[in-house]
Order: sequence, then C-alpha cells, then structure tokens
Amino acid sequence: MLQLLKIELYKIFKRPRTFIAFGVITAIILLVQIAMKFGGDEYVGLVMSGLSAAFDAPAQQVLNGYFVCFIILNLLLIHVPILVALIAGDMISGEANMGTLRLLAAKPVSRTKLLAVKFAATSVYTILLLVWVAILSLFLSITLFGTNQLFVARGLEVNIISASDILWRYIAAFVFAAVGLLTVASLAFMFSTFADNSIGPIVACVCVIIVFTILTQLQIPFYDETIKPWLFTTHMLGWKGFFYVEGSEGITVQGSIENLPAVIKSGLILLTYIVIFLFIASWHFKRKNILS
Amino acid sequence: MPVIIRVSNLTKDFGAHIKAVDGLSFTVTEGQVYGFLGQNGAGKSTTIRMLLTLIRPDSGDIEIFGLHLLKHRNEILKKIGAIIEKPDMYKYLTAMENLRIFATMSGVKLSEKKLLDQLAMVGLAERANSKVKTYSQGMKQRLGIAIALVHDPELIILDEPTNGLDPQGIADVRNLILHLSKERKKTLLVSSHLLNEMEMIADSMLIIDKGKKVVEGRTDELLNPEKIQVEIITDNKSRTLDILKDSKWSGSLMNTANGSIVLEIQKTNIPELNRMLVEQNVNIFSLKPKHTLEDFFLSVTGT
Repeated sequence: MLQLLKIELYKIFKRPRTFIAFGVITAIILLVQIAMKFGGDEYVGLVMSGLSAAFDAPAQQVLNGYFVCFIILNLLLIHVPILVALIAGDMISGEANMGTLRLLAAKPVSRTKLLAVKFAATSVYTILLLVWVAILSLFLSITLFGTNQLFVARGLEVNIISASDILWRYIAAFVFAAVGLLTVASLAFMFSTFADNSIGPIVACVCVIIVFTILTQLQIPFYDETIKPWLFTTHMLGWKGFFYVEGSEGITVQGSIENLPAVIKSGLILLTYIVIFLFIASWHFKRKNILS
Repeated sequence: MPVIIRVSNLTKDFGAHIKAVDGLSFTVTEGQVYGFLGQNGAGKSTTIRMLLTLIRPDSGDIEIFGLHLLKHRNEILKKIGAIIEKPDMYKYLTAMENLRIFATMSGVKLSEKKLLDQLAMVGLAERANSKVKTYSQGMKQRLGIAIALVHDPELIILDEPTNGLDPQGIADVRNLILHLSKERKKTLLVSSHLLNEMEMIADSMLIIDKGKKVVEGRTDELLNPEKIQVEIITDNKSRTLDILKDSKWSGSLMNTANGSIVLEIQKTNIPELNRMLVEQNVNIFSLKPKHTLEDFFLSVTGT
C-alpha cells in the first residue's frame, strides 16, 4: 500500500501543473503581506472605523502577524478549494484521458485499493498545500509583523484574544480547514471517476462550489433554515469558530470557544460528506467498464 | 497441454442494439501463440478487456490458469502481461520511470540494471532517461512491450502489438514473440490486423466477426497447404503461358490478368514448376504462394 502511495505521489509531484497551486498561493499571500507592510495602518483604520467606539486600539497594536494571517485565511480558504479541485478532479479522469487507466486497472491491485491509494495521495497533496498556506500566512506573517493580541471583528463588536491564546486556535483552524478542503477534494475525486477527461470533473466541482457558496451567502430566511444548514460550503467556514470566544465588554475567557458544539457539528457534517462522496466514487468505479 | 485460457459463452452488449461479443468460446493451451483475428469492431478488444477485468461480461465464464477470473482476479493478473490497444503511458515521465511504476504495480521490485536490461531488450536502453513525450509512436509501442513483460508473466496478451511500427520494428516484434514462445515457453494471445504477420507466428487462431466465432483451429490446418495458389511473374508472360499450357499444369491456370500468372497447384509441386520454367530459359522475377491467411480471412468473414 505504501509503495503504491509513493508511486501516486511521485506521479503528482512530477507534473509541473501540481505546482501552479503552490505558486498562486505564494503570490497572493506575498501580495497581501506587501500591502500590509506598506499600507497596513490605513487598512486597519478602515476596518476599525466601522466598529464600536469602545474599541479604540492603535493600529500598530492591531496590525501584527496573527491579524495578517486571519485576513489571508478569510481571503484564501474560499478559493483554495478551487486549486484543490484542479488536482483531485484529474486523479482518475486524467489517467483515463492519458490511456493509463486501463494499464493500472489490469494490474493485480483491486480497484478499491487503487481508488483508496489515489484518494490518499490527493489528501497528502491537499494537506501539503494547506501546510504551505500555514507556513506563509502564519509563520512568515509572524516573522514580518511580530505577535500581539488578535482583534477579530464580528459585526459591530470585536473579540480580543491575547497573544498567548492564539497559536493553538490557528492549529485547530488549519486542521478544520483541512477537513473542509478534503470535502472538496472528495467531491472532485468522485466526479473524476465518472469522466474520461479532466476538464469535466474540475468544472463540475468548481460549479458546485460556486453555487453552494452563493447559496451560503444569500441572506434569505427561507434558505437559512432549509438549505444552508446542509451545504458543505456553510460548514467549511466553521474554522472561524475557533476565533469566536466567550467574554463580555472586551474581556475574553482564555482558551474558550463560544460555540464548540457548532464547530464539532460542522466538522462532522463535512466528514459525512467525505464518506458519501467516496462511497459513491467507490461504488461507481468498481462497476465501471474501462473503455478509454 | 494444460489449458491456460478457457472462455465459455462470453457475451457483452453495449446498449440494446450493440452486441460486442456474442456467445464466444475458445481455449488457449500452454506454450501456444494464439492468433486472435477479426475486422475492426469485431469484438477483439472487448474480449481482451474482459480477459483483463477492464470490462464486466454480461454472461459467460472466463477461466485463466484453471481459476475463475473474477474470483481470483489479483492472483491471475499477477501472471499476465498485456498491451491493450495503443501504447499509452505517462508522457511526462522517462521510460525508466514508467517501467519502474508498472513493475511496482505488478508486484515486483527490480534493480536499475534489470530495468535497463528490459529496455535494452526492446532497443530503448539509450533513451531510458528520455521523457516519453519525446518518443516516436514506434518507440512507445516498444516501451509498451517492455512494460508488458517487466514482471516476467506466464501469459502475454498483445492487442495489435505492431501498430505504428516500421517494417524493421514489425520484424523485431515478430522475432520477440517467437523468442518468448519457443525459448521462454510463454503463452501468447496476439490480436492483429496484419494477417501475414499472424500467419508467421500463430500456432492456432480464432477468427471472430460481429462478436461471434467464425472459425478456430491450427493455422497450418486452416490454411490447407495441400491446395495452394501460386503467383508467377516472369520477363515474358505470353511465352510463360504457352509453356504452362503445354505442361501438366495447363488445367491449373486460374488467372492471367495484370502482369502475373496465377495457378492452383499442390504445394509440393512448386519446386518442380520452378525447375521446369528455368530449364525453358524463362527468367523468373517472382514465384510466391497466394493462399495466405488474408485470403482465408476474407473468405470466412465474407468480405
């Protein structure tokens, strides 16, 4: 199994297209960091101006590595799934398109095992991409901007989290984001088993993400109670729950999470999606006539 | 001889009106080169894909090495090497990398030297570290053969193995097939549309048409060597004709159109015919048997 996983990873990381996502992420993060370095005070002033007058912190205190990382994650964790779909949507269909799927499927490896190894490789790629996001957005931001309290805006209010209470929240947020990205990866992967070219599964996955994201952001009460609670895009934002803390009048409780059950529920719904998508992929792939 | 492949009443439909394989049965015994013939769309590739578990049959049974294919899939596939239609591999990887990947997938771990030997066998050792995207079609075909043989399989299934090869490449593949059969005692199932090539390598063959068996048997028996057509081309056709009309083969003349003369005679009489024409000072440019597999194939498939 490990040998097969190594082969799959070798194939993924020998393709130049694999590194497009890493390049795009690097460019976006560096652009945000450059902007914050040279115009961060102005940006912070803009953000804080809309908040309660009670929070009158100097921009230098607000602008730090944790704050920049939070901004970057808000930007990226909506768009990284599209980059994940580029690889996950190609895993089976790309082999069919190249004509190598028939060679693989005629080898003494069961189709279930082949699928499992390919999804494991997709997961490794997804997690490596997220680790790269973490290195650049968190650790490089800390290096460039230092550490301090984290100011998290929530409507007209602000949660202020002390510097010593932040790092574990980021680690938890990245783990949660990994589950969210694996949900997208499993969706693209499932589509991949149905097609003989890469474009179809990637486009289908991106379309689902766009439609679900639009529905998630629609402020219509009818959808709030019927559709939104079941969309995976709604729950992919659950990582923010680690930065919503208990407290009042600006004083927050160290180590607290305002609504831990909601965060756990979101995580479980995402895991359920992964199981469903992989089950459909496996059921279909085992019965598929390989004609390509 | 032990039976290596036993196919019984195999059927596969694609939709309501497309019967790709229709009640097909055949057996391949150990050590045979078994020719699998049929026109495009006859059902050859579908049958081969069913033998390799790429397509599920609608009905019928496949036993390979005495085991039920679907129940003992991995055990059986470990002992099979195959080329399935055109040779496709990872174009962004080198030949060596491709070979290593498929060796591992087949459950064997080979040293660099062994892999290189495998590439040398198909004449690709010098390009072992070139990316496959720089290869010609013929080189890809040869790499496909190396991949099929990398785990030293007992049964080799080659679907159109000479596709895209030049005449030298075709001869090389023919010699390789004969070597694998005669020297290394492998069993081979080979489909091809190059009928004369098949005639030179196949011990037995199966001809299918519209998914059904048309004929199966030993190649030499099917070709009926006792009754053979011979085409003669000489420097003087009319004089040659006069000589033949005065000879004991006057009744054997079949066709004198175009530049050649065709006779139907016993195969054993060919040397005598040649000797007689030479003694009559006829310069023979060509004297060749015309009753080839191609003629036979066209006659049994009704085309």
